[in-house]
Amino acid sequence: MEKKYWQSLEDYKDSLKKTTESKAEAVPEFSIEGLDESEVKGQSSRRDFLKMLGFSVSAVALVSSCQMPVRKAIPLLNQPEDLIPGVPNYYASTFFDGVDYCSILVKTRENRPIKIEGNNLSPLSMGATSARVQASVLNLYDDARLKDPMKEGKAAKWEMLDKEVVKSLENLRAINRKVALVTSTIISPSTRTLIEEFTKTYPNIEWITYDSISASALLKANDINFGQATLPSYNFDKANVIVGFNADFLGNWLLPVTYTKQYSSRRKLNKANPSMSRSYQYESRLSLTGSNADIRYGIKPSEEAVVLLNLYNRIAKATGQPTVSVGKASVEIDQAANDLLKNKGKSLVVSGTNSLDIQLVVNAINHMLENYGKTIDLSKPLNIRQGDEAKMQQLVSEMNAGNIHGMLLYNVNPAYDYPDQEAFKKGLTKAKLKVAFNDTMDETAKLCDYVLTTNNYLESWDDSEAVKGIYSMTQPTVRPIFNTRQFQDSLLLWLEKGMDFSTYMEQLWAKKITDEAMEVGDFTSFWNQFKHDGVFHHETEVDHPEFKATNLKAAPAAKGGMELVLYEKISIGNGKYTNNPWLLEMPDPISTATWDNYLTISPQYAEEQGLAKEDVVTLNGLFEIPVLVQPGQPYGTASLAVGFGRTDAGKAAVGAGQNAYPLMHINKDSFQMGGQIINVEKVAGKNYPLALTQMHHDMEDRPIVRETTLAEYKKDPSSGNELHAYDEEHNATLYGKVDFDGIHWGMSIDLTSCTGCANCVIACQAENNVAVIGKEQVRNRRIMHWMRIDRYFSKDEVNPEVHHMPVMCQHCDNAPCENVCPVAATNHSNEGLNQMAYNRCIGTRYCINNCPYKVRRFNWFEFANNNKFDYNMNSDLGKMVLNPDVIVRQRGVVEKCSLCVQRLQEKKLTAKMENRSLVDGEVQTACSQSCPADAIQFGNLLEKDSVVALNKEDERTYHLMEHLHTLPSTSYLTKVRNTEA
Amino acid sequence: MYNTRVRGILIQGNKSYQDVSRDIIKPLNDKTPMWWWITAFLATGALFWGVWGFYNTITVGIGTWGLNNNVAWGWAIINFVWWIGIGHAGTAFSIFLLILRQKWRTSINRAAEAMTIFAVMAAGLFPLIHMGRIWDGFFIFPYWNTRGPLWDNFNSPLFWDVVAISTYFMASFVFWYIGMIPDFATIRERTTSAVKKKVYGALSFGWIGNARGWLRFETAALLLGGMAAPLVVSVHSIVSMDFSVSVVPGWHTTIFPPYFVVGAIFSGFGMVLTLMIVMRKLYKFKDYVTDGHLDAIARILTFISLIMGTAYLTELFMAWYSGSEYEMFTFMKNRVTGEYKYAFWTMLTCNAIIPQFFWFKKIRKNITMVFIMSLFINLGMWFERYVIVVTSLSRDFLPATWATYQPTITEIAVFSGTIGLFILGVLAFFRFVPTIAISEVKGVLKETTTLKSFTDEQH
Repeated sequence: MEKKYWQSLEDYKDSLKKTTESKAEAVPEFSIEGLDESEVKGQSSRRDFLKMLGFSVSAVALVSSCQMPVRKAIPLLNQPEDLIPGVPNYYASTFFDGVDYCSILVKTRENRPIKIEGNNLSPLSMGATSARVQASVLNLYDDARLKDPMKEGKAAKWEMLDKEVVKSLENLRAINRKVALVTSTIISPSTRTLIEEFTKTYPNIEWITYDSISASALLKANDINFGQATLPSYNFDKANVIVGFNADFLGNWLLPVTYTKQYSSRRKLNKANPSMSRSYQYESRLSLTGSNADIRYGIKPSEEAVVLLNLYNRIAKATGQPTVSVGKASVEIDQAANDLLKNKGKSLVVSGTNSLDIQLVVNAINHMLENYGKTIDLSKPLNIRQGDEAKMQQLVSEMNAGNIHGMLLYNVNPAYDYPDQEAFKKGLTKAKLKVAFNDTMDETAKLCDYVLTTNNYLESWDDSEAVKGIYSMTQPTVRPIFNTRQFQDSLLLWLEKGMDFSTYMEQLWAKKITDEAMEVGDFTSFWNQFKHDGVFHHETEVDHPEFKATNLKAAPAAKGGMELVLYEKISIGNGKYTNNPWLLEMPDPISTATWDNYLTISPQYAEEQGLAKEDVVTLNGLFEIPVLVQPGQPYGTASLAVGFGRTDAGKAAVGAGQNAYPLMHINKDSFQMGGQIINVEKVAGKNYPLALTQMHHDMEDRPIVRETTLAEYKKDPSSGNELHAYDEEHNATLYGKVDFDGIHWGMSIDLTSCTGCANCVIACQAENNVAVIGKEQVRNRRIMHWMRIDRYFSKDEVNPEVHHMPVMCQHCDNAPCENVCPVAATNHSNEGLNQMAYNRCIGTRYCINNCPYKVRRFNWFEFANNNKFDYNMNSDLGKMVLNPDVIVRQRGVVEKCSLCVQRLQEKKLTAKMENRSLVDGEVQTACSQSCPADAIQFGNLLEKDSVVALNKEDERTYHLMEHLHTLPSTSYLTKVRNTEA
Repeated sequence: MYNTRVRGILIQGNKSYQDVSRDIIKPLNDKTPMWWWITAFLATGALFWGVWGFYNTITVGIGTWGLNNNVAWGWAIINFVWWIGIGHAGTAFSIFLLILRQKWRTSINRAAEAMTIFAVMAAGLFPLIHMGRIWDGFFIFPYWNTRGPLWDNFNSPLFWDVVAISTYFMASFVFWYIGMIPDFATIRERTTSAVKKKVYGALSFGWIGNARGWLRFETAALLLGGMAAPLVVSVHSIVSMDFSVSVVPGWHTTIFPPYFVVGAIFSGFGMVLTLMIVMRKLYKFKDYVTDGHLDAIARILTFISLIMGTAYLTELFMAWYSGSEYEMFTFMKNRVTGEYKYAFWTMLTCNAIIPQFFWFKKIRKNITMVFIMSLFINLGMWFERYVIVVTSLSRDFLPATWATYQPTITEIAVFSGTIGLFILGVLAFFRFVPTIAISEVKGVLKETTTLKSFTDEQH
């Protein structure tokens, strides 16, 4: 306290007064004197009560209005015996859509199918699937599916439609007017029997099989050479040398899944006895098969016959057969011819061209090489691709002549995929009765009076016999979601059989099956076993038919000008699946393009014409199409995918590409995919954006895909992989090695086997609820696929070597991403998994930057429940495909491959409950489970004899970017090409 | 200590103590000038555009930016580092020069510190808006929670960032504020408005200017300066570790911490130069912020520019010397040549070549030239961050994942918003705070003036 001085008495008194005053003021701060009574006692007044009440009410109102809507899950009142919530059920079934065949297992959760897996018991598909098969489950939940049967575009009642259709059919039968039943190829013996019964009841009905892309020339050639119009079984696994001519047997030709399985089985290297098949491909565009061939030649479609005949002459000369006069081939054939001659009976020549002359030459070559009965088996004919264009052409002309009074169309869409679709449409209007059995209002159904909505195959009963004697069961995995009825049930109803198709099928089988074939004794157990396994095969020994030689036609002169090659995309195929967003967004294995079709032109042509990627050209003046400069596209050719340009497929397909079917090459009796001369004209100043997932195609001499040749490999198994030893030696760390006990999950990818078919990409998408983001976002390089297939070109641009490399999270034991996450949202499990805790992630994206493999995906937008991303995750129906075991990621979090941790946990729990340890191969990720090339292997690295542990010791093994010391759990095996003699 | 004969006169124009107070406080009491309103209007416009950018980003998603799954950082990080760099100068200025007892700093340090505060505020917005889930941003703080043993990752440079930047901001703010206390008291005493008296009275914490107060003030300033000095080094070193800790080619280098700190001081001094030239022009402070000051800053910039040039060359040399093909690719094929060569050469020209013109006295004395060159430095430093962030990410290890990056309108809006915020802050500072440290200027006045009364006293 400062000392006070006073000058007068007044001053002194004043200061005293002030002191007492200030003391008095200070009182309330230090004592309770002078305070209100209420404050001291803590009593509340009525006012305070009302204030508190008002505040509480408004606070509660405010807080509760912010709450999330409550969504109730209603438990089952009566628990079905075979349904345990949270535990999946698997049903064996068959995928067949008229074109592709595959035996499958359908995973259902709470009675809804969510995932397709391969069926290991099938001798045909052998546990493999294709991308289309994987994606087919999404078609079940397609918003474009019709929910009710339709009459003239309006929903109607089944009873009424049945009555009207049957009445019309009976009327037409009474006056004997012709009715056509056009179906896609039907491989179901029961359905075929039923249709035959139906046509017997209605003799005025003619049954025509129509496939948009058929193998009719091959059928006819076999008819001429062997007296049976069938497709043979090919055994690519028994061939040491395969020579393909425009046959994309790893992509879309006949049974690609089976062929990939067979082909890749010969591309596994066994150190003790290293051998591989060698594959040659002569083709007019860079196909998936061509990209995997050891030796590839680019030819124009019109040159194929010349090259083939030259090959024929070479082999004929060597085997002492008469030769045919032909001009010089534009490409070298000596090496292929020599290899073929050295491997008589162990070789295979195939052509995918739908031309009788060419197929006859191919048959003759295979005959000279003694391949029939060995690599080609006519005793086990294929039942797929039975479409007959000659009959279809005749039908269309009769329709236009007014001779066809009724049209029944099942699983076909000629208004879209028939080359002369205008003629078909015009002819269709002349029919009085137009009935489409269809699941969507597609281009053809739209023109029909009655649309009888059919089930999805996952809701249907059926059987199938893709190859003679090899049967597969289709059974429903879900009750029909909508008011639909399968085609067969309609026929049964109309025939007044009084039973459904499953009973009909069962009765037929009971009648047909012999005791010897059943093996199990009584029919009921056989039938149950068949339904359980999904497959049954009973092959009877049949002699191989004799070869009857025929005169080979001299090859027509090669045409000038630009020749067009049409093809089916690995993703959407013939156009049936154009509304499937998973497939639309699947990058093409060769061009990496999504969402569109485009004209691929050769680099040389592009340079000559001053064309660049995304420039727009007109094709024959028909439509405008963007171009894509494709290395490996032969000069003088251009290729274009069919299946796009659907006008009535559904919302996802809107604006996706142009319809190329009108450009099919129409022959007298077959439609050809290649060879028509086209006129390409640049539209000045116009650009069309294409969404490619990869912009740079050169490996920049980096050791990414390490490769060698078989000859080098024989000398030194680690050839091409010399860096691995160096990096292993020089990898140094200050930290101790991480020890895992029990399990260390690992993956190994054999680049020699991998064909790049992208089955794994879609399998992963289906398993892990990966979002579809649309073309614009793909263009922004934001594709969400957890698994991608990098594709590199090397050597020259005219005929490049292609490298496919599946890349997903490498699950590094020294992961750069884990280190930099500020909130530890990504971390390492004690089983070696690099984990992502989505609800911990705050989205700094540092991990994305620091991942050398760039496999991390950021949720740039809310991809679910967002009208801007109106794909499968924006509708209640589409969302039913989601895997309940995998969270749908929120906007702003990073996601990536988890090695299907939910599948690992499931199998671990099963093993634990059965009190045993896991068996190698029991746990499979989605990508490894259905890989048709068995390129992806998954297992426990700590288990001594597991495939992955053995692969890890292989000299071919390396890790991607291993010099970074990221210590990935995923390893690659070098790519070995069998190029040298 | 300060020798006028060697160093020249610091405060020109024969100012007395009263003159100093009057001159510096005058703009605060004058009518708000027109240029202030116009600039404030423009800055508010920019800020509102930025608010839209924030809104768009938060409600729609980071997808509104030009980033992708390969280049996951872009403008936000570039601008963050740029602002942090600018935010370096104030503290560097005050603290280093304070510790080195460079008296000429007194006319500039206040403004430089203010600039730091606003630049760090602008910078701080970027890590926030940059998060995918800003609403969960608090996860980044280590706090006890009920989520089990869930804790931050103390290995992550981003966590270090949060700590470094918040510490730096707080230290800078306290340092700046404490420096202003005597000046607030001066305004409190001089103002005639009752409101201002109250406000500045509160702000000055009852400063009465007694001897004991001054003693403590000086000690506090020195102590704080001593403590904050390492922060100047640490904050940008840690920002640089966001890059150098990663495996990305072009980021993974040990030169980054010193290189970033020097770069930050460079850009900060550049911005100080820009602002000082504007301020002395508008407020007619030529007597306080003299040509000598600008000359001194220009000389420092010349020297730092040489260090920058050395750093750039060292990076290039190391890319070659390391024998890493990835480093070599990033530097030689993606920076020196290639798609981003314009950014690289802009950076090199602006930062390493243009400041070398300051060797010429003529240019140093030409204020217009100095001003233009200071702008080039700001530009060059922006491009430096652009080159580092974008070129490294767009083409890293696997050529299949190479992608390009273009900013979108939302990103530009966010950047413009931070510029608006910065300018508004600076304007508020110009308007309500004595822009030159009155008390400190007075402290050096006696030793450096030519005014008769003082020189007489001295002898």
